[in-house]
Amino acid sequence: MKNMNVIMAGFGGQGMLSAGKILAHAAMKERLEVSWLPSYGPEMRGGTANVTVCVSQEAIASPVVTHPHGLIAMNLPSLEKFESKVSPGGLIILNATFIPRKSTRQDCQVIRVDTVDLARKAGSERAANLVVLGVLTGFFGGIPQASLEWAIEAAFTGKRQRWATANVAAFRSGYDVGFNATQPVPA
Amino acid sequence: MPEKVLMKGNEALGEAAIRAGCVHFFGYPITPQTEVPEYLVKRLPEVGGTFVQAESEVAAINMVFGAAGVGVKCMTSSSSPGISLMAEGLSYIAACELPCVVINIMRAGPGLGGILPAQSDYFQATRGHGHGDYQLIVLAPSSVQEAVDLMGLAFELAEKYRNPAMVIADGMIGQMMEPVFFREEGRGQPLQENNWALTGCEGRPPRVVNSLFLDAAKLHEHNVHLKEKYDTIAANERRWEIYPDEEEADLLVVSFGTMARICQSAINNLREEGLRISLFRPITVNPFPFPELRQALDRLAPGAPALVVEMSMGQMIYDVKLAAEGTRSIDFLGKAGGLIPSPEEVSERIRTLLKG
Repeated sequence: MKNMNVIMAGFGGQGMLSAGKILAHAAMKERLEVSWLPSYGPEMRGGTANVTVCVSQEAIASPVVTHPHGLIAMNLPSLEKFESKVSPGGLIILNATFIPRKSTRQDCQVIRVDTVDLARKAGSERAANLVVLGVLTGFFGGIPQASLEWAIEAAFTGKRQRWATANVAAFRSGYDVGFNATQPVPA
Repeated sequence: MPEKVLMKGNEALGEAAIRAGCVHFFGYPITPQTEVPEYLVKRLPEVGGTFVQAESEVAAINMVFGAAGVGVKCMTSSSSPGISLMAEGLSYIAACELPCVVINIMRAGPGLGGILPAQSDYFQATRGHGHGDYQLIVLAPSSVQEAVDLMGLAFELAEKYRNPAMVIADGMIGQMMEPVFFREEGRGQPLQENNWALTGCEGRPPRVVNSLFLDAAKLHEHNVHLKEKYDTIAANERRWEIYPDEEEADLLVVSFGTMARICQSAINNLREEGLRISLFRPITVNPFPFPELRQALDRLAPGAPALVVEMSMGQMIYDVKLAAEGTRSIDFLGKAGGLIPSPEEVSERIRTLLKG
């Protein structure tokens, strides 16, 4: 992985900004260049909140990305906003729990994942954002799993520490999905 | 090298101020810069500083005026409409030759405008912005790291020239997180001993901080003195960056702040195709690096154009035209309202211009 630009989008509260921060933190630990640029418009409550994360071995020029390599869409408005923007050959992670349709993109790798189900099995329904972070990083590689788990634990300190285990477990279940999806899709 | 930390631009600016020795902050919240006071209200008590949430931006800048007058490093931060309210105070501070730092995390205007990022306060920042013949030293970072570094420089220059310095950054730099490291450890040094601060006149003649000169000749003399100072600043403090090198090019892009990084992405893609495009990025927008931009324009192939890209309807372009003095055709690409020209739009415009 030379560089990876992703847009992570969902309803405000679905944890995309937090998951993006964990990704940026882990990449920074690996001495990669990172930028984390949130949407901060008046759309935060109820609408879509999204963050653009760039990870690169070289200095990052534009933190604004029009055509990301990867998209995480946690809800339908996010899919509709960004689906057509993903660069050809890129990855679309689609939250099947809340998105009733398939992706229309034939030229991208699409992974549908029932995030809430996996998160519940891992110990917390609220860890759906870590499931998709797992899928994303498992698919792209480039950032060691240990560093990502270190960043997750760093995000759950103090009163929140009791949630760390479930979040790491949710991340791992997603990571396996992403890692295994890198096999060529049968025609 | 110190450890890097992942920080939001606004928070990093707050920490950078403390590392530069500023522990006195006066301000009023406004999106998208509120994380600056939010950060400092927690940090300043830890370092023995003062945090005051003023009742308005007008009050905040006058508190800065007072604190600067007694010789402490002090600052305020705001966003575009709030900075407008500070115009009168900044004019007084500049007239009285007091050092302070003001951060403007720019949002889209005019009027109440919106809260999304913009660069449309370039005129306001570089043309004095309040009444009377005065200038601010204005620094324009393009990354969170540079924002941190320029905060240190802002305090240094403000003190050196006894003049307010302003750091202008679009809302993206305020809201974005990037890894940063702080060159300075802990709380920085206070202002050096000087002969102007109002520290109590026991045992010495009183000092006066004043901007009222009813005698025309004396006021003229004061203006001449200020002008000489601004000329010295312009001669000594220009900063800029040329990307990727100083070779001849077929088109020069001129852009500042985050917009310059977006242009850099476009330039990287075009250079991979073999197109010779360079970027000139002013870091000090006042003093503007006129001679260096002129040299970069003169290095262009005969007849080659320049393209100015801004998150506004075109403000810095006037300085670029001043630098060019009619020797080049200067094209403009800009968007307002919080919209940002994308790398693809910049590339497309460059291609169109190259076709002539």
